[in-house]
Amino acid sequence: MNASTQSHSFDLATAKVRDLNAALHALKEGSNASLWRVSNPRGLHALAAGLDAPVTVEIDGPVGYYCAGMNKQATVIVRGNAGVGIGENMMSGRIEVEGDASQAAGATAHGGLLFIRGQAGARCGISMKGVDIVVGGSVGHMSAFMAQAGTLTVLGDAGEALGDSIYEARLYVRGQVKSLGADCVEKEMRDEHKAQLFEKLKAAGLEGQVDPSDFKRYGSARTLYHFHVDNASAY
Amino acid sequence: MCGIVGLFLKDKALEPKLGEMLSGMLGTMCGRGPDSAGFAVYGAGESDEVKLTLRAAEGYDFAGLAAKLGDGAEVLQRATHAVLTVPAADEAEVRAKLAELAPEVTVVGAGARMELYKEVGMPTDVAVRFDLAKMAGTHGIAHTRMATESAVTTNGAHPFSTGLDQCLVHNGSLSNFRTVRRNLERAGVTIQTENDSEVAAGYLTWRMKEGRSLGEALEDSLDDLDGFYTFVVGTESGFGVLRDPIACKPAVMAETDQYVAFGSEYRALAGLPGIENAKIFEPEPAKVYFWDRAAA
Repeated sequence: MNASTQSHSFDLATAKVRDLNAALHALKEGSNASLWRVSNPRGLHALAAGLDAPVTVEIDGPVGYYCAGMNKQATVIVRGNAGVGIGENMMSGRIEVEGDASQAAGATAHGGLLFIRGQAGARCGISMKGVDIVVGGSVGHMSAFMAQAGTLTVLGDAGEALGDSIYEARLYVRGQVKSLGADCVEKEMRDEHKAQLFEKLKAAGLEGQVDPSDFKRYGSARTLYHFHVDNASAY
Repeated sequence: MCGIVGLFLKDKALEPKLGEMLSGMLGTMCGRGPDSAGFAVYGAGESDEVKLTLRAAEGYDFAGLAAKLGDGAEVLQRATHAVLTVPAADEAEVRAKLAELAPEVTVVGAGARMELYKEVGMPTDVAVRFDLAKMAGTHGIAHTRMATESAVTTNGAHPFSTGLDQCLVHNGSLSNFRTVRRNLERAGVTIQTENDSEVAAGYLTWRMKEGRSLGEALEDSLDDLDGFYTFVVGTESGFGVLRDPIACKPAVMAETDQYVAFGSEYRALAGLPGIENAKIFEPEPAKVYFWDRAAA
C-alpha cells in the first residue's frame, strides 16, 4: 500500500447504508481515498452498489441482496456470505466473496471478475454478458441461463440445466454436471481454451492450485439462433 | 414477498428466551410483509390437555365467555386472542359449546403445546400486542405477510393450523390450490378461508392423518402442490422446511449447537447469539429438511 493511500472505516451498526453508498459514490477518478473497511454488514442490502472509482471496499461479514451491483472499477471484498444478485450487472472491477453466494450471482454482468470462493446458488451468471465468474465450489441449477458472453469457471459441480438457451459464453466445469440445458453441449477443450482457463484461474489467484486439463468445456450448439421453419405451424 | 422466520432450540437454557429471539427475527422481516403477521409458539403443556387459541373482535369479553362455559374454565387473554385450556377428552364437547354459545369466536389453533396468534398490522406492532418477547418455548415459527392470493384480513394471515399442534407458514403462491382444495373437501378436510396457504396446511394434515410422517407428507406435496413455495411447518416435536423444485422463494438457515434458525433473508438471523460461528446454508430445492426434538 503506498503512502498516499487513505483508509476509511464505516461501521454499519451505527451508520446508514445510504451514507456509506453516498460517500463511495462521491469519490472521483484519481482520488486516493482508496481503502474502505465496512464492519457490521449484518446481511444488509445494496452495500457498495453502483461504485465507479478505483477503490477497494472490504466488507467484514455477510451481505444481503445486490451487493456491489453495477460495479465499475472498484474491488469489493466480502468476508462472509452474499445474498441474491451479488455483482448484478457489474461492468468492470473485481468482486471477491469469501463465503457462499446466493442465487443469480453476477446476473447480466458485462465485465470484470466475480470470484466466489464457496458455493454459488441457482442461476449463477444468468444472462451474463461478458463477465468472468470463477466459483471455488459448485453452482446451482440453471446457471449461465441465456448466457451471452464471458466465462463461467466452476471448480466443483454444476446443477440441473447448465447453460440453458445459451447464446455464447464459455463454461468450464471441473466436476459433474447434473444436466445440460437446451442447446448447451460439451465442446472440445483445445489449447486455446486451456490457456484462457488458466488466465481466469490466475486472475482469481488459483493458478498452480488446479489443473486446467481437469475441466470440461460447455457452450452453445447454436441451434436456437434462428427461427426454424419447421416451427412455423406452431403459430 | 412475505417473510418467514423459524427457530428450533436445542439448548434448553435458551427456552425462556424463545419469544425474545423470535420477535427480534420477525422485526427484521417487516419490509417483506408489512400487511399482517402471526406466529406459533410451542411452550408448556400437558399431554392430557388441549390448548385452544381463540380469536374474537377487539374488546371481546373473554372472561365472560369463560363464565358462560362454566366448569371452572379458564382463559388467558392476550389482546384479541385468548388461550383456553381444556382436558383433551373434552375438546370436541368444548368446541361444540363454543360454536353454540359464542359463534363470534374463532378457534385459530389447538394443541397440547402450540399457541397461535395473528393480526393485521405492522409485524413489530403485532408482536408487541401479543407480548411475543415474553413467551417461552422449545420452537416457534412466524410470518410477515404481503398479500397476493387473498385479502389483507386476520383470517388471511399466517400461520395456518389445520391439525393439533400443526401449523404452516408459506412464502409464495400456489397455482393449483382450488383443485387440491376440492380434493381435500371430498376427503373430509375442511378449509376455512379463501387462502391458498391454508390449503397447503390442510393437505399436510390430511397426509399425516393417512399415516404419513411430516417428512413423508412434505415429500408428497412435491408431487401434488404446484406453484411457488417455501414452507416452514411446525409440529409438537419439531419443524420442517421445504422449497419448491426451482427454489423461487428465498431461504437461509443457520445451525449451531444451541439452535436451528430459518430466515427468508440472512438479516433475520444476524442478531442471534453465536451467529458468527454458525453453519449457514440455503436449503436445497425440493429437499425436505426436518429437525425433531427427540432426535436433537
